[in-house]
Amino acid sequence: MTTGNVGRPAGRIGGLDRVTGRQRYVADLRLDDALHVKLVTLPCARAWIVDIDTSKAWEVPGVRTIFTAADLPDPMPRYGVHYDDRPVLAVGETKFHGEPVAAVAADTLDAAQRAAALVQVQYEELPPVLDVRAALDPAAPLVVDPVLRPDDPLASTNIRREFRYAWGDVDTATADLVIENTYTFPMVTHFAIEPHGFVVAADESGVTVWSSIQHPYILQRVMARVLGLPLSRVRVIAPDPGGAFGGKGYPKFEPLLAYMAMATGRPCRLVLTLDETFQAVRRNNAEVRIRTGFDSDGTIRFQDIEADFLMGAYVDISARVISKSSHLAAGPYRVPNARILARALHSHTPPSTAMRGFGTPQFSWALEQQMDEAARRLDMDRLEIRLRNLARKGEEFIPGDTPADGDWFESVRRAADAIGWGEPLPDGRGRGLAVGIKSSATAGAAYSILRFLYDGSVFVLVGTSDMGQGARTILTQIVSDELGVPPEAVNVVMGDTAAAPFDYSTSASRSTVFMGGSVMRGCAELKDQVREMAARLRGCEPEEIEIDRGVVTFPGGEQKGIVEVVQEGLGAVGGELIAVGLMRGEADPNHPIGGRPWFYEFNCTAVELEVDRRTGEVLIHKHVTVADVGKAINPQHVESQDEGAAIMGLGHTLMEHLVLDEHGRIVNLGALDYRIPTTKDMPLDLESIIVENGDGPGPHGAKGVGEGGLLCVAAAVASAVTDATGVVIRDLPLTPERIWRAINEVTRSEVSP
Amino acid sequence: MTPQTMNITLVVNGQHHSLDVAVHHSLLDVLRNDLDLTGTKECCAEGECGACTVRMDEKAVNACLVLAVEADGRDITTIEGLATEDHLSPVQQAFLEEGAVQCGFCIPGMVMSAAYLLEHNDAPTEEEIREALSGNLCRCAGYKRIVRAVQRAAEAGR
Repeated sequence: MTTGNVGRPAGRIGGLDRVTGRQRYVADLRLDDALHVKLVTLPCARAWIVDIDTSKAWEVPGVRTIFTAADLPDPMPRYGVHYDDRPVLAVGETKFHGEPVAAVAADTLDAAQRAAALVQVQYEELPPVLDVRAALDPAAPLVVDPVLRPDDPLASTNIRREFRYAWGDVDTATADLVIENTYTFPMVTHFAIEPHGFVVAADESGVTVWSSIQHPYILQRVMARVLGLPLSRVRVIAPDPGGAFGGKGYPKFEPLLAYMAMATGRPCRLVLTLDETFQAVRRNNAEVRIRTGFDSDGTIRFQDIEADFLMGAYVDISARVISKSSHLAAGPYRVPNARILARALHSHTPPSTAMRGFGTPQFSWALEQQMDEAARRLDMDRLEIRLRNLARKGEEFIPGDTPADGDWFESVRRAADAIGWGEPLPDGRGRGLAVGIKSSATAGAAYSILRFLYDGSVFVLVGTSDMGQGARTILTQIVSDELGVPPEAVNVVMGDTAAAPFDYSTSASRSTVFMGGSVMRGCAELKDQVREMAARLRGCEPEEIEIDRGVVTFPGGEQKGIVEVVQEGLGAVGGELIAVGLMRGEADPNHPIGGRPWFYEFNCTAVELEVDRRTGEVLIHKHVTVADVGKAINPQHVESQDEGAAIMGLGHTLMEHLVLDEHGRIVNLGALDYRIPTTKDMPLDLESIIVENGDGPGPHGAKGVGEGGLLCVAAAVASAVTDATGVVIRDLPLTPERIWRAINEVTRSEVSP
Repeated sequence: MTPQTMNITLVVNGQHHSLDVAVHHSLLDVLRNDLDLTGTKECCAEGECGACTVRMDEKAVNACLVLAVEADGRDITTIEGLATEDHLSPVQQAFLEEGAVQCGFCIPGMVMSAAYLLEHNDAPTEEEIREALSGNLCRCAGYKRIVRAVQRAAEAGR
């Protein structure tokens, strides 16, 4: 019997296929007879489509269909996760650079590409709305036709939603020191190394969709609705994504391919180029204006926060990103009075979606710099002012919400110790420290089916996706321990809605808690079945049978292995035991964000860095990231996730920024001009520390992990840059040019006396 | 107009191939689409991400930047050709042991670059490893463990 897998750095299941090149991602699948699709786009964000002439494109041999809006149902089918706002193809007017106006399907990719280039579109370019200021201008053109927003009082504006939260009374709150600033967070993109890929096949029985999607069941629901099919006629097959980070959560071009597959009778395949993925997904850029009141001892008196998030042309999941993150905008601190207003704005830019951190990095960037400024103005230590205000474990730091669920002081102290807080520094160096917090999932359902087979091996069927975080390995470790079967005997089957039952999503760092909990319950149900079986064989009561890690103990002390008992019970006919695991968290319509978070992801990041004053370049000597995870089911996976999150955070902190021209085109489209961290950008020393107090709601006291390490990287680095140079910068990224300018423009040096 | 084709011969992972390839297709296109060797990955297709790194004769190259016709007569090794039937290469083994693999999409290219480095330098410093792998992007950013894996493979190979 193998026992004790939980808590060990078990090797990644699927690792062997990944180092040998055998792992098949969507683009590696080969479907007989599949047509290749190429999208036709315009060289600007917003344009009125006057005419589309496909006659020359049809002359290319091998072209099987060319779709424009005219080939789709009228009115144009629209889809989305919460708002059905996205057209299958642009109709009338394009809303962002990269939105397809037509699509070609051909026998070969060459033919599709040639034909797409020959589709002639007459259009009139129209002035676009590209930034927050323009989106809020009452004179600006409307991104969304008000006809599509019936009964919406904001329909005549570019504001889709306004989220307001408040407690205490900011207007009457007094403070010794009030600090007011505006912070900006840039447009950045996910840049998963695997570009998005989709294949759709259609026949009279329904559609089958292959997609690099994180949430197969959300895709199934959206496809069924847009196509008018029952759920049982939409099969989603989701091979493990090659990185996702939130960017592969929601439907993109699957509906278009379904229509093209239905029209041609052949599977249609579209693998985006990296440039096209840049136009498909990005993080919400934001402007956060924040007014914070402090007592002279550094105690926070109030937070008055107003944030504008630029969602882009369609809502996707952004309204949720904004409503959820803004509820936690005041951070992990005791804040007696708070007023928060967050706006979700439309613009003629690629639609934003979920991205690691889900809106909270934008707030953390602002909030943590306010703490630093207060420390400077009050002549306090930056660590001390945070500890003074940090919520204690069990404290309801947001009225009516989940109380602080971890010993956050411990995380901060461990980060401070690891970075050598307060110790002397060499010349030119600085240290910074910041905290970040993110709400986990508030609701959801995770079903699992566990099949205990005759030989003691186990199928675990789950709708979760393994996109690098290692869900398959974690679930295997849990099941292996619970049933006392070796990990090699556990086969976790994912990524097929025809095989695996419903899982709400693989998001919000939920899988260990939700699906882990689900399989724990499935294992408990299996053990109940074995107890019943054993009791029947021995003529005793099930309660008299004990099962611990695969060892069945009968009354009187006789012990047998679980497999032996099951085989005896199933007898000559054979068979298997089947159990359903179920974990549900119902939505709460009375809660401001639809339910209390199941747990918080809390992180403290500390850095020591050096700024080259001649060039503005930052060299990070040490980066410490501390995660409060409750229990690390697999410490190696936890550390990998946190290290990866830290480096992704360094991306938006130091270099990443999508730049738009006046036509709304992304200027730095592609890997040449949009830089993400490489091996040469990583900190010289990167240390991941895990805090485990067993205080999470998941198996063995686990909480979710994987996003925390990114949340407050920008503020920690900025704090250290200020420490090293004396300059304060409130706009990201902290490029060498921006730092150099700040150092050299004395008037912009804003260090307080 | 049908694309112009040319006949080329390639040795890929020890196997000889005679192929008619479109003159505008890259070595990456031919490996993935004509030979179904999908271990070599496509991401940026402009030589920046390293996901398509393969061995061409004595050099590690981005297969997306090599026209198939330029590879005529060359000896190519892809990720599929690195392990024998019974044994992973030291780099592959070390990647597994160090937990350097996350989503895995960059890993074939990363492994090929690392193997190339170790062939030319059996005791690289950490800085040399970072330099050698700086053309291979990993967005899961397992860089720390990847560097460690290369160090481990170097030790194993000495």
